[in-house]
Amino acid sequence: MKLLNVTAGAVIAATGFCSAAFATTDLTMWYHGAGNKVEGKIVNQIIDDFNKSQSDYKVSLQSFPQNSYNGSVTAAALAGKLPDILDMDGPVMPNWAWSGYLQPLPIPQDHFKAFLPGTKGIYDGKLYSIGLWDAAVALYARKSTMKELGLRTPTLDKPWTKDEFMHALKAAKASGKFDYAIDLGMSDKSEWYSYAFLPFLQSFGGGLINRETYDSAEGVLNGKDAIAWGNWWQSLFTDKLVPGTSQDPAAHETGFIDGKYAFSWNGNWNAVKTMAKVKDVEFLPAPDFGHGSKIGAASWQFGISASSKHPEGAAEFIKFATQDKYLADFSEALGLIPATKSAAQMTQMYADGGPLAVFYGLSAAQAEKRPVTPGYVVESKVFQKAAADIADGADVTDTLDGATDQIDADIKRNDGYKTH
Amino acid sequence: MSVIGSDNRNLRLGVRYLVLILIALIFVLPLLFMVMSSFKPSDALLRDSSSLRAFLPVGQLSLDNYTGAFERAPVGLFVFNSIFVTGTTVLLSLLICSLAGFSFVFLHWRGRDLMLSIILATFIVPFETIAIPLLLEVSKLPWLGLDGLSWGWLDSYRVQIIPWIADGLTIFLFVQYFKGLPGELIEAARVEGASWFQIYRRVVIPLSGPVIATAAILKFLVMYNQYLWPLIVVQQEQYRPVMVGLQYFFQLNPAWGEIMAYLTLITVPVLAFYLVLQKAFIASIASTGVKG
Repeated sequence: MKLLNVTAGAVIAATGFCSAAFATTDLTMWYHGAGNKVEGKIVNQIIDDFNKSQSDYKVSLQSFPQNSYNGSVTAAALAGKLPDILDMDGPVMPNWAWSGYLQPLPIPQDHFKAFLPGTKGIYDGKLYSIGLWDAAVALYARKSTMKELGLRTPTLDKPWTKDEFMHALKAAKASGKFDYAIDLGMSDKSEWYSYAFLPFLQSFGGGLINRETYDSAEGVLNGKDAIAWGNWWQSLFTDKLVPGTSQDPAAHETGFIDGKYAFSWNGNWNAVKTMAKVKDVEFLPAPDFGHGSKIGAASWQFGISASSKHPEGAAEFIKFATQDKYLADFSEALGLIPATKSAAQMTQMYADGGPLAVFYGLSAAQAEKRPVTPGYVVESKVFQKAAADIADGADVTDTLDGATDQIDADIKRNDGYKTH
Repeated sequence: MSVIGSDNRNLRLGVRYLVLILIALIFVLPLLFMVMSSFKPSDALLRDSSSLRAFLPVGQLSLDNYTGAFERAPVGLFVFNSIFVTGTTVLLSLLICSLAGFSFVFLHWRGRDLMLSIILATFIVPFETIAIPLLLEVSKLPWLGLDGLSWGWLDSYRVQIIPWIADGLTIFLFVQYFKGLPGELIEAARVEGASWFQIYRRVVIPLSGPVIATAAILKFLVMYNQYLWPLIVVQQEQYRPVMVGLQYFFQLNPAWGEIMAYLTLITVPVLAFYLVLQKAFIASIASTGVKG
C-alpha cells in the first residue's frame, strides 16, 4: 500500500513537473493592420517565427482596421479586455500611458540605442513603446521642373530658406504650367494636418504647447512666431499657390503624378508609387523657416498593456520582433524607414545610395516628435481646425488665440495631465 | 381653345416629369457611380470622378476590384454576420415591439400612459450618450451557454442583437398603427371568448402587414448600418459586421476601386430586402403618415 502511494505520488509529481516544464503561456496581441495584406503577412511571419523559436510563450494575433483601431482599444480598456501586446500610433502613446492602458517596457532603453529617435516612445522618462520603422515627409519635385525653373537643389546641410521656397512656388505658379505650385494634401483632414504642418509652425519658432512645462500653449501657439506662421500659411491660399481645404481627394492622389502640381509635400509611404510613375522625381528636405528644418516623427510602435499578466513574455516578443531582419522586411515590403541604420543597409531602398536613403537622412536629421503629452490627442484636433480655418481665411490672431484658449482649458480640465 | 388647354397640360406634365427625373437622378447617380467605379482601376476611377465618365461603363473595366476585395477582407463572413445579426434582431424586434404596442393600445394596466411616455422620451437620447455605460454593463453580464456560465458578452452575436431588440420608434409605430384598427374587431373577438394572445395573433397581426413592413425596413437599415456599437463590443474578426469591415479598405492609400466593389456587394442585401417589402412599406406610409 505504501509502495502504491509512493508510486502514485511519483507519477503525479512527474506529471505535474512535465506539464510545468512544457507549460506554454498564451499571449494576445492586437495590431492595426487588418486589410493590409502585405503588413499582415509580415506580422504573422514574425509571430510564427517567435512561437517556433521558444516554447515558453505563444502569441496569437487579432488585427483591427487602422481607422477604427483607437476606438477599439479605448473601449477594450474601459471593459478591462486589453491584450498583452498592442501597437499604437506614436503620438497617442502618452495619452494611453497616462490613462493607465500601458506599462513601461521591461527592457532597458539601451537595448534600442541604435534606433531612430522617432521610433522610441518615451513618456515621463520611461520607455513605453518601440517602433520597427519611422515615417518622414519630404518635398517631392521633378528634376526637370527644378531645372526649367532654375532652382537650386536644397540639401540636408543647406535646405531652402523661406525666401527660396516662396521663390520656387511663385516661379512654378508664374510658369503657367501647373494648376497650383504645391500640393500640401489639404483634402486629407486627419492627423496629417498635425503631422505634416505642425513642423512648419515649429520651424517658424512657434509650437503647439510649451515643451518644457507642457502646461500651456500661451505664447507658443499665439506668440509672434506663430502669428508669422499663420500669416504665411494664409498667404499660400490667398495667393492661390496651394489648393485649399476643398481640394478634391482625387486631385491629391494623382495631381503631382499628372503634372498638375509642381511640388508635393508628401510622405515616404507614397514614394515608391510615385517613383514608378514619375521617373525624375526627387525628394527634397523641408525648408528652413528660421528655426531649422523640421518634419514630423513617430509612427506605429509596440507596447505592453498595463493589464498584461505576462509583461516579461510580451517583452521577449517585442525584442524578437525588433530584430534588424524584420525591420528590413517591413521596409522592403511597405517602403517604411527602417528603425536602425544596420537594417537600412539590408534594404535596397534605404541602403546608402538607395533611392529612398534620403528619407532615412531626413528622419535622422530633421524629425521632431509631436508634443509628448497626454493632451496631444486634443491639441492635435485643435491645431487641425485652426490650420483649416486660417487656410479658409479666418483672422490669424483670433484663430490662434482661440486655439490657445481651447488647449489651456483642456489641460486645466484634466488637472494638468499630471501623472498618477 | 381645347388645343391650347391640351398643350398646357402636356407642358405641365413634361415639366413635372423633368423635375421628377432630376430628383430621381440625385438618388440614382451616387449608386450608379458606385457600381461603375467598382469595375475601374483606382487611378481611372479618380480621374473619371470629375467628369460624366464617372457614371459610364467606359475605360478599362474588369472584376479585379471584386477579386481584390475578397482577398483583402473576409467579405462573405462580414456579410453573413450582418445578415444574421440584422435578421435575428428584426424578427425579435417585430415580436417584442408589436407585443408591447398591443399592450399599450388594447390592455388597460396601471402606469400604461406614463410608461409609454418614458419609452417615447428615449427618442431624444442619442445612442452615443449611452454607448459607454452600455458597454460597461454588457461586459459584465452573465451568460448561460453550452459551455456553462460565463461572464461578459463581448465578442459575440448576442451583444450585437439583444440590446437592439426593443426600441421606442418601433413600439411607437405599432402603437400608432394599432390605434387605427377598428375597435369592433377586438370587441367581437373578446365576445367570442378569444384570449388576448389569440386576438394579437389571429386578429391584430394579420391586419398589420404595412406596419410590420415599415418597422422591419427601418430596423433592418439601423442594424445593417451598425458601426459604433460593434466597433466597441467586438474585438474578434469572426463577429465583425460589414460596416466595421469597410474600414479594412481605408489604408494610407485607400483602395478606392475595392471600396466601391465592397460597397456594391454590401448594398445588394439592403436593396433586395427593400424591394421585397416596398409595396407594404409604401402602403404603411400612406396609412400612418410615417415619413421613414
